[in-house]
Amino acid sequence: MNHLVIAPVLFPLFAATLLLLLRRVIPLRVRRILNLVALVIQILLVSLLVQRVAGGEILVYALGNWPAPYGIVMVADRLSVWMLLVTSLLAFFAMLYAVRGTDAGSRHFHPLFQLQLFGLSGAFLTGDLFNLFVFFEILLLASYGLLLHRGGANRVRAGLHFVALNLAGSTLFLFAVGTLYAILGTLNLADLAVKAAATPPENLGVVRAAGLMLFAVFALKAALIPLYLWLPAAYSSTSAPVAALFAIMTKVGAYSILRVYTLIFGAEAGPVANLIGPWLLPLALATMAIGTLGVLAAHELRRQVAYLVVVSVGFLLTAFALGTEASIGAGLYYLAHSTFAAAAFFLLADMIAMGRGTLADRLDPGPVIANANLIGAFFFIIAILVSGLPPLSGFVGKYMVLNAAVDLPSMPWVFGVILTAGLFGVIALARSGSLLFYRAEGVIERTGTAGRHAIGPNWGRLLPIIGLLLLCVTLVVWAGPLSDYTRATAEQLLEPGVYIRAVLGDPRSV
Amino acid sequence: MEALIAVIIGVLTACGVYLALRARTFPVVIGLTLLSYAVNLFLFITGRLSVGLPAVISDQAVGYADPLPQALVLTAIVISFAMTAFIIMLALKARAELGTDQVDGRLDAEDARDAPGGERG
Repeated sequence: MNHLVIAPVLFPLFAATLLLLLRRVIPLRVRRILNLVALVIQILLVSLLVQRVAGGEILVYALGNWPAPYGIVMVADRLSVWMLLVTSLLAFFAMLYAVRGTDAGSRHFHPLFQLQLFGLSGAFLTGDLFNLFVFFEILLLASYGLLLHRGGANRVRAGLHFVALNLAGSTLFLFAVGTLYAILGTLNLADLAVKAAATPPENLGVVRAAGLMLFAVFALKAALIPLYLWLPAAYSSTSAPVAALFAIMTKVGAYSILRVYTLIFGAEAGPVANLIGPWLLPLALATMAIGTLGVLAAHELRRQVAYLVVVSVGFLLTAFALGTEASIGAGLYYLAHSTFAAAAFFLLADMIAMGRGTLADRLDPGPVIANANLIGAFFFIIAILVSGLPPLSGFVGKYMVLNAAVDLPSMPWVFGVILTAGLFGVIALARSGSLLFYRAEGVIERTGTAGRHAIGPNWGRLLPIIGLLLLCVTLVVWAGPLSDYTRATAEQLLEPGVYIRAVLGDPRSV
Repeated sequence: MEALIAVIIGVLTACGVYLALRARTFPVVIGLTLLSYAVNLFLFITGRLSVGLPAVISDQAVGYADPLPQALVLTAIVISFAMTAFIIMLALKARAELGTDQVDGRLDAEDARDAPGGERG
C-alpha cells in the first residue's frame, strides 16, 4: 500500500492545524511564508502522484487496512490526480496574491485556506460516496469562512444565500446517499457500480430517483442551470484571491458528475445505464446560453467574470455530456484552462477595481487607471484567453471539443451554442475593455485610499497573474502530451471495470 | 412502525421545505434545521427497522441491526449541528449588517414601521 495517496489530503490538514495553533504566536509575515511553503510542498506531493498514475495504474489506499467494500478507501486514478494538480497550482497563485494584503484582518485566513485545500483534495481522492459528502462539507465550511473574510454588507448577503442553498443541497445529498445505501447496501463507489448494474427490476425506480437526486446536488455545486443563481453574487462580492480559488469549486461539481455518471451510472451499468444522458447536454447548453446573457448584461467587471465561470461550466459539461473519449479528454483539458483563466481574470479585475477609486469595477467611463497600458495589455490577453480566440489555450480546448462533436447527432446544437456564446463573449469583453481603457477620462480621481500609489507598477500583484497566464501558455506549448494525458484519463473513465477491479481486487466485477 | 416513521419523516421534510422557502432568515434557519432532522432520521432507518437486535457479534443473536447507518448518522448529526450553528451566527450578522432579516437584505413595510429612522434603504 502506498502512503503517497493520502499525503495530499493529510498534508493540508497538518498545515492548517499548524497555522491555526501558531496564529497568535508567529507574525503574519512568517505565517505567509509558511503557507506558501506548504502549498509548494503540496504541489510536489501531487507531482509525485502524477508520475505514479500517468502510466494508467490506479492506486488504492485502504484506511486502517480494511478491505475495500467494508473499509474506507482513497483512490488515485488519472482523473483525481489531474484535478489535484490543477487545484494545488491554482491555490499557490491565489495565495501569492492574497499575501499582498488580502489576508490581513483575520488570523483565520491562512488556516481556512489550507482547510479548503484539505476538503478539495479529499473530495477528489475519496472512493466512497459518504466521504464525498463529508469532504464536500469540509470544503464548504472552509469556503463560507473565506467568502465572508473581512465582512461587509454585500458579502454577508451573498454569503447567507450561498450557505442556505448549500445546506439544502447537503440535505438532498444525504437523502440520495441514504436511499442508495438502503437499496444497494454499500457506499463504496466501485461496489455501488457492481451492485447498481445488478439492480433487480422492482428497485429500479428508487435507484434511478436516488441517482437523479445526486445529479441535482452536483448540478447545484457545479452551478448548472437552473441552480446557478447563487454564483454571480457570491463570486463577485468576495475578495479576489478567494474568488480565484473558488474557480475550482464549480469544477468539484463537474468532477463528481463525471465520476459518478461514468462509474456507477455509466454505459456499462445495465438497467441504470446513462441515467442522466437525456438531461445533461440540454442543461449544459442552456447554461452556456444563459451565462452568456449574464456576461452581456453585467454592469460590473467581477460579475461579468462570474458569469464567464457559469459559461465555462456549461462548456465543460457539454464536453462531458457528449460522452466520447475525445470529448471528455478535451473537456478535462479545458477544465484546467478555464480554472486558471478565470482565476487570473478575478485577480486582474481586483487590480482594475483598486485603480478606479469609488467607481471600483463598475463598467462606466471613469478615470484612467495607473499603468493603464500594462494592465490593459493583461486585460487583452486574458480576454483572448477566456473567450477562446487563437492562439491561446482557450482556443485549443474549444477546438478539441468541437472536433469531438463533429460526427455526433447533436452536432448542430453544440456548434451553434458554443460558437454563438463565444462571439457574444468577445463582444461583451470588447465593450468592457473599451469602457475601462479607451473611454477613460484623462484625470485620476484621487479619492480615499485608492490612488496611483495603491496600484503603481505593482509587480507583486501582477506576479500571480503572470504565473497563471504562464500555466495557460504551458497548456498550449505542451498541448500534445497534456491532451494525451487527458485523453488517457477519459479512456480510463469509460472503462469502469478497471477502476472496480483495482478497488475491489477480485474478478467478480463486470 | 414503518408507516409511522415514514409519516414523521415526510411531515418533517414538508415543514422544513415550507419554512426554508420563507423570506425571513429565522424561518429559513428553522426550516433547514427541520430538514436536517428529517434526513438524520431517514439515514438512521436506511439499515431497516428492527427491535432489540444487537449491532455487534453475539452468540445468542438471531439477527443483527445494521451498524453502518448509525455511524453515518452520527457523522451527519455532527455536521448538521455545526452547519446550523454557523448559519444562525450568519443570520445574526446579516441582521446587524443589513438592518433587516429579509433574506434578500431589502427593507420591507414591516421593517420600515419598526425602524422609522431607517438605518439603510
